[in-house]
Amino acid sequence: MTDQSTKPGVPAQSPPVDAGVAASLPRQSWWKSDGADPVRRNLGLVGVLVVLVIIGIVTRPELYGDAGWVTDNVWTILQQASAIGVVTVGMTFVIIGGGIDLSVGAIVAVAGVWSTTLATQSYGTAGMIFTAIVVGVVVGLINGVLISYGKLVPFIATLAMMVAARGLAAQISGKQTQVSSNTTINDIASTKILGIPMLVIILALVVAAGWVLLNRTTFGRRTVAVGGNVEAARLAGINVRLHTVLLYALSGLCCGIAAIMLTSQATSAQAAMANLYELDAIAAAIIGGTLLSGGRGTIIGALFGVLVFSTITNLFAINNLSTEVQNMVKGGIIVAAVLVQQFRYRSLTQLFGRKPTS
Amino acid sequence: MTAPDEAAGSDRRKEPAGSDCRKEPAGSDRRKEAAMNGRGEEAAVNGRGESEVVLKLEGVVKTFPGVRALDGVELEVRAGEVHCLLGQNGAGKSTLIKILAGVHHADEGSISLLGRPFAPASPQAAMRAGIATIYQELDLVDELSVAENAFLGHEESRGGFLRRRATAARTREILGRLGHPQIPPRRLVRSLPAAGKQIVSMARALSHDAKLIVMDEPSAVLAHDEVENLFRIIRELTSHGIAVIYISHRLEEIRDIGDRVTVLKDGRTTAANLPARDTPTRELVSRMTGRTIEYVFPPRAAAARGKPLLEVEGLTREGEFADASLTVRAGEIVGIAGLVGSGRSELLETIFGARRADAGTVRVDGKVIRSIGAAVRHGVGMAPEERKSQALLLDEPIYRNMTLSSFSGYARGGFTDAGREREAALRTADQLELRPRDVSRPVRTLSGGNQQKVVVGRWLLDKTKLLLLDEPTRGVDVGARAELYQVIHDLAAGGVGVLLVSSEVPEVLGLADRVLVMREGHLIHEAPADEIDEDTVLDLVMAGSLMEGEPA
Repeated sequence: MTDQSTKPGVPAQSPPVDAGVAASLPRQSWWKSDGADPVRRNLGLVGVLVVLVIIGIVTRPELYGDAGWVTDNVWTILQQASAIGVVTVGMTFVIIGGGIDLSVGAIVAVAGVWSTTLATQSYGTAGMIFTAIVVGVVVGLINGVLISYGKLVPFIATLAMMVAARGLAAQISGKQTQVSSNTTINDIASTKILGIPMLVIILALVVAAGWVLLNRTTFGRRTVAVGGNVEAARLAGINVRLHTVLLYALSGLCCGIAAIMLTSQATSAQAAMANLYELDAIAAAIIGGTLLSGGRGTIIGALFGVLVFSTITNLFAINNLSTEVQNMVKGGIIVAAVLVQQFRYRSLTQLFGRKPTS
Repeated sequence: MTAPDEAAGSDRRKEPAGSDCRKEPAGSDRRKEAAMNGRGEEAAVNGRGESEVVLKLEGVVKTFPGVRALDGVELEVRAGEVHCLLGQNGAGKSTLIKILAGVHHADEGSISLLGRPFAPASPQAAMRAGIATIYQELDLVDELSVAENAFLGHEESRGGFLRRRATAARTREILGRLGHPQIPPRRLVRSLPAAGKQIVSMARALSHDAKLIVMDEPSAVLAHDEVENLFRIIRELTSHGIAVIYISHRLEEIRDIGDRVTVLKDGRTTAANLPARDTPTRELVSRMTGRTIEYVFPPRAAAARGKPLLEVEGLTREGEFADASLTVRAGEIVGIAGLVGSGRSELLETIFGARRADAGTVRVDGKVIRSIGAAVRHGVGMAPEERKSQALLLDEPIYRNMTLSSFSGYARGGFTDAGREREAALRTADQLELRPRDVSRPVRTLSGGNQQKVVVGRWLLDKTKLLLLDEPTRGVDVGARAELYQVIHDLAAGGVGVLLVSSEVPEVLGLADRVLVMREGHLIHEAPADEIDEDTVLDLVMAGSLMEGEPA
């Protein structure tokens, strides 16, 4: 066994196959290989972003003439994407693992509210961050246990949690906006390191960690296996129940981090915060190429999905247009993205004959 | 329909009545032979070309980018005949079926149906033209009733409202023609067993007034006695002049039901219109594979019996099986023969820990096993019955499927090592002669036999001591079967214990050192493989006649 022969796309000798179907595909360029598929898909989303920027330039040329404004605007878009981006990373894991988490917005709210009570604030910065993260993880664990061991359908379990957690958040806060008097937390949103906003750095770190976790660790492999074929995973000896619990806990963890980020941006927390984040996160994951039935998806794609949404929001803001129209456009984009992907997947299967012929 | 056909048909119709042998298994073989003789004469009638040509394919070519799936297929099917299509996985059978069904379109060549050019634009058009296809994975809607499924897509309606009563009545009439008037038209398909679903598929074909029915491995989902019933229905259909294209990997079935055989290899017809009964197996196999397989089962060196590896005692699951006890030694192959529904798969899954036992114990190396996790830790592996739904991640690459149970072992500190996984998978792929050899390809692109090798390869990688195999050769072509048999033997020679379940008695007898017979949830007989013959096993499997009057 030479090392060479194990490298993909560099067969040491041509495979000993019989002629015909088994011989199958001619050597393709990397660009056309399956491995490049997520990259092609992401390039499509980059294309959408470029189009959005061009629309921005055309509609407000005077703003784009100012380089300083452009830089600031890029950071604004990324900062707006930061909290929802972190939530989307967790959501992407849950969906690839064959589940769905409708409670993410509510978990952010509980974590945010709990970490900003006067009692919690008295424990200082570490106490607040610790509380937000623990609350997020624990609520996620409850989701996971209900789904894994209580055998509830993920949609139902997390729908119930969505309602209950919002209720808990309102209960804790007494429906009041809780102002954060912790300057360290409040400063996160305004701090820049080497000119990069802290929130954007946190998003980048979470995305990077998510990418490594999904693509390079046993946890990620199990996630794809459980979402791709739960029975095959179980019969291969993977502890499917435990893994499912961990997936929801991971989603909860991301919600905890996002709670701190949002609290910092608003210097306060309230029961209504992160409203409809579950829908934005699911939509971003899906337009980023994650299969809603599980087993396939990418973190980078999900990130681009989030960026497309926050760029649209920004586009409407700089043109002083209403959020109503904005939501209609968002809905259209979700449909268009999924349509394009389906078309692409179909044409790919046909073009490259990726079908068993017998 | 021509006169000779009518005569042949009426002859044929008598056969099933006499061959209802399920209550009298001892006589089954003789009756079967009688039926076959009767059919042999008809084949001769057809062979002389006295019945009408229903379907004719000449030089049909179908290319997918990079793959020439069909490369000159010739096929001629006559009214009232059962025309068998033989070929290894990847020979082009599925592509051919899809062209006939209107899913794909031929690039070159001519296809004529009843003398007219046939180029269906869609599956609906193919159906309307009179070709019905019964796929291996039956395309029924579980949540609809039998009648709704039979008339799916061409519902009986008036002004947009369904005529439920008329639909039920017509369905009842069709089911009657199929010899199954007992199936209630309003029953949900979900609640029917596989054999019943297949009958619903055939009812759908008849509801379209099909001239030609294509059956893709219809027996793969059926138990032995259900296959007899399927054959009875096929004879009934052909007696009415309907032509059947029958695809199966089981040669004995082809001899039993077929009139003529056409063999495909690498997308080409290598032999056409061979008589199904009289063509020697060796010739069929060589036409399919381009080589002759003298011994399907490799010669078995006397197994060096090791210590007991697996000890099962009094294992019970309510309603599935009861009081099962067995032992597998290191280096031993133990086969369980039994029908679908006898509890054999459930027993295997319970031993593996995938189902919770109500009573009894499973010990591996003396340690009690209660969960899949524990089983895998103690070196037990299982290749489950349903490859695609239970074992494989079809869109994932081969190597990841192979390392599905062992990737943690290649990982360092939770980080996977794809390089080492690929290397190990490639080694195993070579050991199993996996084709193609590129382990980065998605498993979906492999043929059935090679997919099965991936499942078995998974446990080779995992240093398995005990391998549980549930129907390891289902849907696997003859050539790949022989290779799998060799792999199983090599494993046993290397000290691995193997517990094997199969519906095919010759497979159990040919592979195993020791045979257990399972019937209705009980292990009713045990014998060394060389001290029991196929007929005895079949009798035991079907009726337990040798044990009659004795406690099981």
